[in-house]
Amino acid sequence: MQLRRLGSIIVKELRQLRRDKLTFAMIIGIPTMQLVLFGYAINLDVRHLEAGVLDQANTARSRELIAELAATEVMKLGKPLQSPEQVDAALRSGEISAALIIPPDFETRLERPDRPAAQIVVDGSEQVIQAAARQLAAFPIYKNTGWTSRTAGIEVVNFYNPQRRAAVNTVPGLVGVILTMTMVLFTAIALVRERERGNLEMLIATPVSPWELTLGKVLPFIGIGLVQVTIVLLLGKLLFDVPLRGSLLELYASALVFIVASLSLGVFLSTLATSQFQAMQMAFFTFLPQILLSGFMFPYAGMPVAAQYVAEVLPLTHFLRLIRGIMLRGASIGELWHSLAALGVFIVIVLSFAVSRVSKRLD
Amino acid sequence: MNDDVAIRARGLTKRFGTLTAVDNVDLTVRKREVYGFLGPNGSGKSTTIRMLCGLMRPTAGEIDVLGYKIPRDAEALKRRIGYMTQRFTLYEDLTVGENLDFLAAVHELTRAAARTRITELLERFWLADRRNQLAGTLSGGQKQRLALAGTVLHKPDLLFLDEPTSAVDPQSRREFWESLFELADMGTTLLVSTHYMDEAERCTRLAILDHGRVVADGTPHDLMANLPGRTLLVEADKPREAQRSLKDLPGVIAMAQIGTSLRVLAKAGADFEQQVAERMKSAGLVAQVHAIAPNLEDVFVVATSNSKDTNHAAA
Ligand SMILES: Nc1ncnc2c1ncn2[C@@H]1O[C@H](COP(=O)(O)OP(=O)(O)O)[C@@H](O)[C@H]1O
Ligand SMILES: [Mg+2]
Repeated sequence: MQLRRLGSIIVKELRQLRRDKLTFAMIIGIPTMQLVLFGYAINLDVRHLEAGVLDQANTARSRELIAELAATEVMKLGKPLQSPEQVDAALRSGEISAALIIPPDFETRLERPDRPAAQIVVDGSEQVIQAAARQLAAFPIYKNTGWTSRTAGIEVVNFYNPQRRAAVNTVPGLVGVILTMTMVLFTAIALVRERERGNLEMLIATPVSPWELTLGKVLPFIGIGLVQVTIVLLLGKLLFDVPLRGSLLELYASALVFIVASLSLGVFLSTLATSQFQAMQMAFFTFLPQILLSGFMFPYAGMPVAAQYVAEVLPLTHFLRLIRGIMLRGASIGELWHSLAALGVFIVIVLSFAVSRVSKRLD
Repeated sequence: MNDDVAIRARGLTKRFGTLTAVDNVDLTVRKREVYGFLGPNGSGKSTTIRMLCGLMRPTAGEIDVLGYKIPRDAEALKRRIGYMTQRFTLYEDLTVGENLDFLAAVHELTRAAARTRITELLERFWLADRRNQLAGTLSGGQKQRLALAGTVLHKPDLLFLDEPTSAVDPQSRREFWESLFELADMGTTLLVSTHYMDEAERCTRLAILDHGRVVADGTPHDLMANLPGRTLLVEADKPREAQRSLKDLPGVIAMAQIGTSLRVLAKAGADFEQQVAERMKSAGLVAQVHAIAPNLEDVFVVATSNSKDTNHAAA
C-alpha cells in the first residue's frame, strides 16, 4: 500500500464524481425524496376516516362514547344515520368507510362483559382502514372496564397520534435504508464501470495493488454516506421533529461502521458482476431482503425463526438496532456493542473476500 | 537469457473454451527493436500482448520478458513496461493534466518529478495547450498522443502498443510513428500491433499472425525478398477481361486491379511470367507482363494463404 497512490485514486474519484451530475443529484435527491415519501405518504396510520353514526340507544353514555371516539380523530363521525339500511347504502357508495353502531340495548350490554356493547362496521376492502378499525377495537369499551369512569384520555391521545408516531419510528430506519440503497449501488457500479470502460485493463498493467484500487474507490463514498446521514437527520428533525435521545457522536460512529459494511458488500458484488446493469440487479437483490427482514418493514419479533437467522446476517438489521437504540431509547454504544461487533465481523469477512477477488488479471 | 533479448516466448497458447486464440506462438524480440504484429481482427494480437504483459495466463507455453518469468513475476515487470490498450482507456471525464497527474502518482513519480515530466511530455506530444481540456473531448489523434504520453510517463524499457493508430487519420498516424521512432532512438523496445501494411513495413522486424499462429516472421525486407518473381504486373488495355481470363489459371493466389493494370500474385513455381503471357495471348488480349517487386501485402496474402492450405491439409 502506497499512500500517494491511494491518495491519487481518491482525488481522481472525487474529480469524476464532481463531474457526474446524475450521481451527484442522486446523493442529495435519494435521501430527501425517501424521507418525504416515507414520512408523509407511506403512512399506515389513518386519520379523519369518513364515518357515520347510528345511535339507536341515544342516551347520555352513548353520546359520551361518540364524543370520545371523535376526539381520537381517527374517524370523522360526521354523518348521522337513521337505520342499518342507511349504513349499508352509505358504505357501499363509498360515502363513508366506517360506521359506529350503538344498539338500543347499549346500557344493558355495558353491564355484561361477554357481549360487545357497540359495533364498528368497516369497509373491509381497504386494508389500511381495517387496520385502523382494529386499533379502535382496542378502545376500552370492549373490555368493559368502564370507559366512562376513566379520567381524561391521556392514554387515548398518545395511542392515536398516528402521523407523529410513524415518522418517529421510520426516520431512524430510513437512515439505514437509504445508506443500504446508495452505498451498495454506488460502489458496485463505480467499480464495474471502470472494468466495462476498459480503464481497469490500463490500471492493472501498472504497479497499483488490489487494496489500493479498492480502498481508493470506496473511501470517497464514506464521506458521501455521512453527508446523506446528515441530510436525513436534519430533515427528520425539521419536518417530523424526530428526537435524538442518545449521543450524536455515537450515532455517527455507528453510521460510519454501517457505511463501511455496505461499501464492502458493494465491492463484493462488483467482483461478481460483469456489467453495470448486472451490478444494479445484484444490488437490488441484496436490497430487498434487507428492507423486508431487517425489521424496517415488519417487526423482527414477529418473523419466523428461519427469517430471523437470515436477518442476523444482514448488516441493516444490526444497524437498525443501533440507530433506534441511540435515537429513540437513548442507549449508549456500550449497551449495543453486539450489534457493532456483528457489523465489524461482516466487514472483515466480506471485504477480505472481495479484495481477494479483485484480480490484476483479465481471465 | 540473452541480454540482448527483450521478449522470448515459446509455445505460447491461449484457449477460450474451444477457441484457440493464440496457437503455439514462438517469439523473439530483441532490445531496441520496433517489432510489429501484423494480422487481421481476431488473429490473436491483443491476446498475445496481454499474456506478455502478465494480464492473462497462458494456457501453455513459456514467457520471458526483460528477464522476468511471466506470469510469475508479472508485478515486478509492470514497473518496467508501458501498455497502451487498443481502446482509449484513460478517463474521459478527467482533463489531460488530471489523467497524467493520476498516472504519475500510480507509477510512484514524486510530485516534483511528475511536474517536470508531464510538462515535458505535453510539449513533446503537442498537447500543452490542451492541458485543461477533458480527455473525452479530444480528437482521435490527440487521444492517442495522450495515451502514449501516459504510457511512457515512467520511462519504461519496453512498450506494448495494441493497434495504437486504428482510430486516427493518416496525418496523425505519421506523426504518431515519428514519436515511436523517437522512443526507439532513446533505447525503448517497442512491440506494436497493427493491421496497416504501411505501418508494418516501418517496423524493424515483424510477425504475421493469422488465426492465432505466426505464419511468417522476419524483417520486412527479408519477407519481401523471399517472394522472387511471384508478383507480376499485367498492363492490359482491358484489365477486367485480363482478370477474368486469368481466374482459372492454376497457381494464381490473388489478383488486384490497380488503375488500368492488374497485379497478380502467384504461387512459387517456375516461369509464371511466361504462363501469364501465354494466357493473355490465347485470350486475344494485348498485354505486357513483367515481374515487379513484391510488397508487404503480397507477403501477407501468401503467408495467410499458406496457413489456409495447411489448415485444409490437416482437415
Ligand atoms: N476474453 C475472451 N474470451 C473469449 N474469447 C476471446 C477473449 N478475448 C479474445 N477472444 C477471442 O480470441 C480471438 C483473438 O482475439 P484478439 O486477441 O482480440 O485478436 P486481435 O487483437 O488480433 O483482433 C478472437 O476470436 C476473440 O473473439
Ligand atoms: Mg486486438
